Amino acid sequence: MSRNDIHPMDKLIRADRMPHIWCSGCGLGTNFSCFLSALDQSGLDTDKCVIVSGIGCTGRIPGYTNIDSYHTTHGRAIPFATGLKLANPELTVTVFSGDGDLFAIGGNHFIHAARRNVDINIICVNNFNYGMTGGQYGPTTPLDAITTTSPYGNYEHPFNLVHVAAGSGAVFVARWTSLHVRRLTKSIKEALLKKGFTFIEIISPCPTSYGRRNKLGDGLEEMKYYQKNSVISHGIDPKDTDLDLNGKIVVGKFIDIDKPTFLDKQPDLLSMAEKNKK
Amino acid sequence: MKIKLPVLTGEHFMNGDFACAEGAIAAGCRFFAGYPITPATEISEALSRRMPQVGGIFIQMEDELASMNAILGASCAGVKSMTATSGPGFSLMMENFGLGIMMEIPCVLVNIQRGGPSTGLPTMVGQQDMMQARWGSHGDYEVIALTPSSPQEMFDYTIKAFNLSEKYRLPVLIMSDEIVGHMTEKVVIPKKGDIHIVNRKKPKRGPDKYLMYRPEKDLVPCMANAGEGYKVIATGLTHDEKGYPDMSAEAEEKLITRLCDKIRKNKDDIIEFEVSELDDAEIIVAAYGSPARSALRAIRLARKEGIKAGLIRIITVWPFPEEKILELATKARAIIVPEINKGQIVREVERCSKSRCEIISLPKLARIHTPYEILNVIKEVNNT
Repeated sequence: MSRNDIHPMDKLIRADRMPHIWCSGCGLGTNFSCFLSALDQSGLDTDKCVIVSGIGCTGRIPGYTNIDSYHTTHGRAIPFATGLKLANPELTVTVFSGDGDLFAIGGNHFIHAARRNVDINIICVNNFNYGMTGGQYGPTTPLDAITTTSPYGNYEHPFNLVHVAAGSGAVFVARWTSLHVRRLTKSIKEALLKKGFTFIEIISPCPTSYGRRNKLGDGLEEMKYYQKNSVISHGIDPKDTDLDLNGKIVVGKFIDIDKPTFLDKQPDLLSMAEKNKK
Repeated sequence: MKIKLPVLTGEHFMNGDFACAEGAIAAGCRFFAGYPITPATEISEALSRRMPQVGGIFIQMEDELASMNAILGASCAGVKSMTATSGPGFSLMMENFGLGIMMEIPCVLVNIQRGGPSTGLPTMVGQQDMMQARWGSHGDYEVIALTPSSPQEMFDYTIKAFNLSEKYRLPVLIMSDEIVGHMTEKVVIPKKGDIHIVNRKKPKRGPDKYLMYRPEKDLVPCMANAGEGYKVIATGLTHDEKGYPDMSAEAEEKLITRLCDKIRKNKDDIIEFEVSELDDAEIIVAAYGSPARSALRAIRLARKEGIKAGLIRIITVWPFPEEKILELATKARAIIVPEINKGQIVREVERCSKSRCEIISLPKLARIHTPYEILNVIKEVNNT
């Protein structure tokens, strides 16, 4: 193999598992690559980094990542990751999964892990539908969007994920699109090094299932849409970041605060006993 | 900082739920995730107090789905882990019990059974989840389920459950019941050095040559934990020896056959039962859990009346002691099966006895059989 055949991130990829299963025009390759670059730049010992996912197209990312990786059941990546982190605090644990996985079937786990401030990182790829099962509407599908189970237009209001994350207690909340490669990479790196429950939403094209039915064009055209319609507003109130079918996409870092984690608050019985003596 | 009190050596007056908690601590469990539910809550309460004392983690999760997943994650990080629940929570745990089977993750799941279905009778006894324990998660697999009959056994068999889970790499079930969980009796906790502890096999090859799911002779693969540099790859999808997803019929045949065989072919090492007065017994009672206590009294009363009665107390209900039941059925006139359900394990007894003797189901709901109820059936058989 010549030097040119080696991808700069090969050390972090299970190259023998290529080709991947994702469609052409999908944003996941870019998102994955941003994660790998961030991991590489973070300076963390990758032997102590773990990646966990649930089920779906995004859920396949751990299987391609050459670190400890767990591809769990639908919606359950966060409690699995919670167990890993609390059992071995040395680990840096990242959950990389999709919007349906993390916010429909797994929604309860998300809000409670955020509330507890378990020191794990959540990266959610939001492509506005259930891609792997062929494009059904999900908890983030905009009103009126066409999917295979909303053929007349979606009549359910979607979640605003960054608002949910902030409201649940996440200490770091950001949103980017797959187009914002450098900013996304920087955000992931920050999250990896941040103590506490972090959340990054990636707005990502799904031309095969979602884009096609909503006349957003192919992957490239969807990227152009992001370019034209993204508005960077760091620090804006998360409630003002709602997404709709054809509107603006507010991106940026919205929350970055510090508070004690679940492990920080573990009872220190020896010092409690000392205090009682006095 | 921790205060180390890992084994409370000595004689205690303790209920079954607390004995289970102490058994877990003595077995080396240092992670407990649970959700409050009657009649298993005392296990959570005990471990919320004990885990910080031994440097372990107690976490009350948002539901039983999360509890089961959290203990799987903790075990993958190399820490022995447990959860405890009852009927409704057991149903929720079944999803990821299957993940534990598929990923081959050691851990212990305790079910203090109450009356069902649905919310049922939260404060009263049941043995209605025995078949759910065997078949409750989707797909084909084999399980290990233990049924203690006393607080002492709650301590002893919690340790055994951990040992079996570590040895065979799967979540092991303790299928106890409300009576055993809430009964207070003498529990003797041995010295730490006298407790037999089994730990999972560590990889014998370096990370470059290690395969996640390459079995050894006993059909059990060595287990690398997260954070040890092995670049673990684990999935709930059907997978090959590397741990890579393999969506072929051949891979499914190979993997699922091994997952079943690692229990089936090691059943002699796993199966445990206790016999009383069986040598010349013509009428046999087969029981497990709390009814086995009444059954023991019943056969002793029968013996006093000159009836040749005996007891087999089944401790590992899964895998079921098939050969032993066939052997007994060949010699006996009848086998009586008292259970606190509408007749679940009696089906296994019927299947294994191959019609060599009469099988009598003695179902009862929400209460334990009295010794006399069982004795009366023994007498009826004796008089016919």
